[in-house]
Amino acid sequence: MSLSAQSLAQIDKEVAKYPADQKQSAVMAALRIAQVEKGWLAPETIEFVAGYLGMPTIAAYEVATFYNMYELTPCGRHKITVCTNLPCQLQGADTVAEYLKKKLGIAFGETTPDGRFTLKEGECMGTCGSGPLCLHNNHTMHTHLSTETVDKLLDELK
Amino acid sequence: MSATYTGPKVCLWTLDHANPASLETYVANGGYSALKKILAERTPAAEIIEQVKISALRGRGGAGFPTGLKWSFMPRGYDGDKYIICNSDEGEPGTFKDRDIIEFNPHQLIEGMVIAGYTLGAKAGYNYIHGEIFELYQAWEKALDDARAAGYLGQNICASGWAFDVHAHQGYGAYVCGEETALLESIEGKKGQPHFKPPFPASFGLYGKPTTINNTETLASIPWIMRHGGQAFLDLGKPNNGGTKIFSISGHVNRPGNYEIPMGTPFADLLEMAGGVRNGHQLKAVIPGGSSAPVLPAEIIMDCTLDFDSIAKAGSMFGSGAVIVMDETTCMVRALERLSYFYYEESCGQCTPCREGTGWMYRVVHRIEHGQGRPEDLDLLLSVGSNIAGRTICALGEAAVGPVQSFIKHFRQEFEYHIANKRCLVGA
Repeated sequence: MSLSAQSLAQIDKEVAKYPADQKQSAVMAALRIAQVEKGWLAPETIEFVAGYLGMPTIAAYEVATFYNMYELTPCGRHKITVCTNLPCQLQGADTVAEYLKKKLGIAFGETTPDGRFTLKEGECMGTCGSGPLCLHNNHTMHTHLSTETVDKLLDELK
Repeated sequence: MSATYTGPKVCLWTLDHANPASLETYVANGGYSALKKILAERTPAAEIIEQVKISALRGRGGAGFPTGLKWSFMPRGYDGDKYIICNSDEGEPGTFKDRDIIEFNPHQLIEGMVIAGYTLGAKAGYNYIHGEIFELYQAWEKALDDARAAGYLGQNICASGWAFDVHAHQGYGAYVCGEETALLESIEGKKGQPHFKPPFPASFGLYGKPTTINNTETLASIPWIMRHGGQAFLDLGKPNNGGTKIFSISGHVNRPGNYEIPMGTPFADLLEMAGGVRNGHQLKAVIPGGSSAPVLPAEIIMDCTLDFDSIAKAGSMFGSGAVIVMDETTCMVRALERLSYFYYEESCGQCTPCREGTGWMYRVVHRIEHGQGRPEDLDLLLSVGSNIAGRTICALGEAAVGPVQSFIKHFRQEFEYHIANKRCLVGA
């Protein structure tokens, strides 16, 4: 088990941000980069990242389980995380969330049988003024959602 | 009526220009001139801190602690590394101002961090960015590259021979990391669990070194203060509440968004700037300072001005300036249920009163909302709350209790109706 040269180069860039004896500081970024490459964090992926940064595997595992954007089980190709917190709720997030569940035929926390979509309920993403909103694969935000824009978004995600 | 503010803005003025985020726009409008002057004149740190104290700049992340005073806690003459941290882990429901500073005026934040680094004798700075705004993390890294290429960061800043650099650290989904000791743990590559203070970060912070942690909007205000003077900043606001402030307004208004206006502006004016309550509805309640701030009914908030002192006097918290507006169609039980779920979900699990108590409070509010409430539930909620507050390491537990206590205090009748009739008073 290893990561691609490209992923390792990205991790090295993160490591360089911190003092030479503090490589562990890059573990959050390294797990993120590993997850982008592998789709989720298998135990051997976490073990590899820990070894690469010279830290105990258990310490990397603690980080992977603490922060909720890491996936510890296989995930659909497109993870859609919908914020349902109060400001988004007041602006219509529940309607959007129900529409997504119905259209995909899955509940929060589930993946479609074809492995295309995983739906998740998210907490505040710090962009409340533009809600309802969702995050695609942790890194791309889609704001001002309506049933129409949800249709368009899902069509684009093959 | 037409409430508008046309005076100077401290942080989001770049929005009046084309390419607001670019280095060119910033420099063409006086950007980095404060830093250049400080480095050229070798302005003593004490003079800079004095200007920040005069400005009455108070921490914009929610606590409102005077920034100049916080800076004065950093040990001088310490022979070793020190750090400056920018807290952009903006995840308090209702708050979305720091993201706009990073998106639209990143160089003012960089300049603020560099001035802070110079003043406090720091070796490096880190900007901790909320996990969910990855696109802005990338934009911030690009702004850092531009600043480095132009000599505003790096080994020889503005040809002064002084070295300082700033890096980005991205969170990955943990509200508690907005708490400063949890944030430090997180930068060290650990679970983000808060620890007791003392020791305070100024004596034992990142990697055990003296560290100052300031909010994004706080640090972005520093260049303006150094360019125009502390008194000019104070004069923008009101005594003890200097400056303009970005208010994030969300919920049932016609134009949710960020509005940068002077501290002390009447709430009614902000509501009007945001287009008023949506669809001509009546205002019911407002959470004035992010989800942790106690809710205030319409009749109380409409008499408030937007500053630390007025909101505190009304029984709530100015917090981060995140204003969540609810109209008459809002079911307060449902609103509280969602907030209680948030704190339950985000409790780091370290302290028993918070870990167990937030789950307990959520389950009780959930059963009231779902028609299974019991007459004794409101007293139970208040009792659980009083066993969390003051019994935990960090403020997350207390933050979870604030909404429960205030929703019951101001809207008790609605909760009682839910319990007695197993349905909602407002028919939502």
